[in-house]
Amino acid sequence: MTEKTGITLTINGRDHAIRVEPRRTLADAIREDCGQTGTHIGCEHGICGACTVIVDGEPVRSCLMFAVQAAGKIIRTVEGLADGDRLHPMQEAFMQHHGLQCGFCTPGFLMLAVGVLEREPNISDDDLLDVLSSNLCRCTGYQNIVKAVRAAAAEMRGK
Amino acid sequence: MTAHTKGSGTTWVGRAIRRLEDPALVTGQGRFTADLPAAHWVRFVRSATAAGKIVKISAPDGAHVVTAADLKHVKPIRPMLHKFNYVPVAQPILADGVVRFVGECIAACVAASEAEAEDLADRVEVTIDDTAPLVDARDALADGAPRVHAEAAGNVIVEGKVKTPDFDAVWRGAHKIVKVDARSRRQNATPMEARAGHAAYDAATRRITFTCTTQMPHLMRTAIADLLGFPESDLRVIAPDVGGGFGQKMSLAAEYVVLVWLARKHKSSFAWTEDRRENLIAGFHSRDQHVTLEGAFDKNGKLVALNAAVVANIGAYSCFPTTCGVEPLMAMAEMPGPYDVRHYACRARGVITNTCPMAPYRGVSRPVITFVLERLMEKAAAAFGIDPIDLRRRNLIDKFPYTSATGLVYDEASYKQTMEMAVEHIGLPAFRARQKQARAQGQHLGIGFAAFSERTGYGSPAFAARGMEITPGWETVILSVDPSGFVEARIGSSPHGQGLRTTLAQIIADEIGIEPQLIKVIHGDTDRAPYGWGTFASRSLVISGGATLIAARKIRAKLIKIASHMLEADADDIVLEAGSAKVAGTDRTITIAKLAREAYHQTHRFKGEIEPGLTETGTYDPPGTFSNACHVAVVEVDVETGRVRIEKFLVAEDAGRIINPMIADGQVHGGVAQGIGNALLEEIIYDETGNILSSTLADYLPPTAHEIPPIELHHIETHTEASITKAKGLGEGGAIGAPAAVINAINDALSPFGVSIDEMPATPQRIRAALRQAEKAA
Repeated sequence: MTEKTGITLTINGRDHAIRVEPRRTLADAIREDCGQTGTHIGCEHGICGACTVIVDGEPVRSCLMFAVQAAGKIIRTVEGLADGDRLHPMQEAFMQHHGLQCGFCTPGFLMLAVGVLEREPNISDDDLLDVLSSNLCRCTGYQNIVKAVRAAAAEMRGK
Repeated sequence: MTAHTKGSGTTWVGRAIRRLEDPALVTGQGRFTADLPAAHWVRFVRSATAAGKIVKISAPDGAHVVTAADLKHVKPIRPMLHKFNYVPVAQPILADGVVRFVGECIAACVAASEAEAEDLADRVEVTIDDTAPLVDARDALADGAPRVHAEAAGNVIVEGKVKTPDFDAVWRGAHKIVKVDARSRRQNATPMEARAGHAAYDAATRRITFTCTTQMPHLMRTAIADLLGFPESDLRVIAPDVGGGFGQKMSLAAEYVVLVWLARKHKSSFAWTEDRRENLIAGFHSRDQHVTLEGAFDKNGKLVALNAAVVANIGAYSCFPTTCGVEPLMAMAEMPGPYDVRHYACRARGVITNTCPMAPYRGVSRPVITFVLERLMEKAAAAFGIDPIDLRRRNLIDKFPYTSATGLVYDEASYKQTMEMAVEHIGLPAFRARQKQARAQGQHLGIGFAAFSERTGYGSPAFAARGMEITPGWETVILSVDPSGFVEARIGSSPHGQGLRTTLAQIIADEIGIEPQLIKVIHGDTDRAPYGWGTFASRSLVISGGATLIAARKIRAKLIKIASHMLEADADDIVLEAGSAKVAGTDRTITIAKLAREAYHQTHRFKGEIEPGLTETGTYDPPGTFSNACHVAVVEVDVETGRVRIEKFLVAEDAGRIINPMIADGQVHGGVAQGIGNALLEEIIYDETGNILSSTLADYLPPTAHEIPPIELHHIETHTEASITKAKGLGEGGAIGAPAAVINAINDALSPFGVSIDEMPATPQRIRAALRQAEKAA
């Protein structure tokens, strides 16, 4: 074990002052040091995307970023998607279109899709499929994830 | 007979209502095993060697490292079958002097955090005296091969044989014999959540609560308590939200036994979260089979006899509770699939090797046997010079009930109808025209069909026929209405993505007239749920659904009895709907909440005619049923690179009554995607030393959204007497049919080249190798 460093992670608008080893991944820090377990870890090598969160507006794989790299940045996780009791259109669309089964990959897909659509609201269907192929789901065969994200994209554009 | 709420205009069964599971899961409020904090974390030291003797294990001074020497009083895992020449081999919880596969646990390292436990594991040195490993099943069968377990001569630990009377005579008299030699490579079910366990000691009760990502919480309790030698009542097993299982999480992980042992010994909490590499190398594998299938046909293309030889590589140990018989014995029992054939011979062997143990994976054997059988149909059609669809027409079962050559009774199904439906919707003549045009331009399109049966929802007699010491089958549901009128169903099944909290609530809602959103389905906690077999084998909606219906009918009868007292009406005139009991044709009504209150607090009114309370139990142990489907894949093969692109996928399926169409479709989608992965991409690759070359998700390739085309679904609902809800299971079907359809489509695309791809996954390398060989031969 190496010496721990004090950092502050800003997650969903709340500051978490934590002490972490330099090798601590952002995913582990979010889950274990900040107690936000909605972000899941599926592979720890940057392939499955279950741990996707939004850092300074960009979807990132939090297993490939060190917690110390995220200090001072704006981090958003699945716990911060809803506005109080009002769910984000992406969350609504996943429920409406059965975009989840076991729910383990879901937080990563939600953050990936929201992050990309906020940056690129008019993304083409082909490009969207390209983006969604960055994450893995083992339950849905992607049919209803694609459907849900397209529906939410239309809803988000309508606002 | 329908069992919808009498007098009610609407029913919940058959409606695509939103899932009750979802609000927690889309907001990050789901609770998975790895979310729990623990005082101690465990990292396992795993064998880097496929076979050898452990010479020495050295750990840093003072480190908390557990080895087999510490577990002398813990029994090994030794699952049992009483038939088929099964040899019960033992798996020590931690390798005891010998290692038998890469990834086998040798030591458990304990520290205050996961990272520190991992650091410690890196500092544990294991010296192993290597011996030559057996990786391929055929090598393990060779004369003079070393034994993986001393007690298993010839490395065969289970062997089933069947030969129907007159088989030889029929075989000799056949007009044509067609042969397929097929290979299904090894796969990993790859749930997105790898395995995880968390054992915590409770000082007040002296009990252990073991939370783990399992499909079978009660079986985990039984197994762990037996191995450690303490009463099951001192162990509570919780399966919280479980991130997919697909069979991999049915089997007992040796790691779980270590966690519970540690928690009992040290009276504290101990957790382990498997990483992806561990999961890929040691988290149970599947599908590794060689199958040789010969079909004997008469002059009209009617299949008269089948002869099969199945060699299943079952890995180094036999999995608990199903045993390693699950793959070869299911292949033997169900090989004829949806085809009528009266004469059948099969030899199915489970062969032990120095590889990761096998466990069930979605479809169990049937993705392989369907692939082989459907290759046989295509080859036979070519041999006869007739359309493969027509050949299937001549052979699909169409009279019910049908008793197969292996004695299985097929209930009413729609083998021919689903195939005709698929042929019609895919537009076969138009495709053939397009294919011809494309070929002229050097573009190679192909179409592939796969018809299959999916045996589901079978009760204890089916498992007993396999000689299983632990014979699953039945399910129990305890349904209660509490005094405030809220409904809770406690079930022995253990869903993990299948949406059972919603579909069972729909079944209950129709019986007792309360909307499903007010009904809670409780599962995955041995303190709360009745003993049951968990969720696997496409069984839960059939068996747990049936038990739910039985319990709900009892509750319904009791509610009506109370209402007839309260409303002073004839029981036959009482209608339950929208939360109330009503007297039909009048405005006399009483809420179900009020009836529930009466059942608990006003029992003196019923003069002993009604037992106090409002809790009923349903148990269901059905004979089993068969779902069926026909899958169609349209592919393009790039003959230069061997790349396969799936243009379209179509499913015509029949799973009996559909309780929630949205959920049912989702099950088919997911299965098809896994089947496509199995057909094209996914392969656990061992080198000759028994090391795994595909230990990351960059090497082992579950499909992404890019590789899965739009899937078009069509449904037929055949209502069977073999399931009281009329629902047949459909959890596995997608994975069963898709590989065969895709491989047949590739072969169709490559038909001008004279190749036959009979190995899956059909990777670009394999396709190119076949094309090169054909070029050379030409």
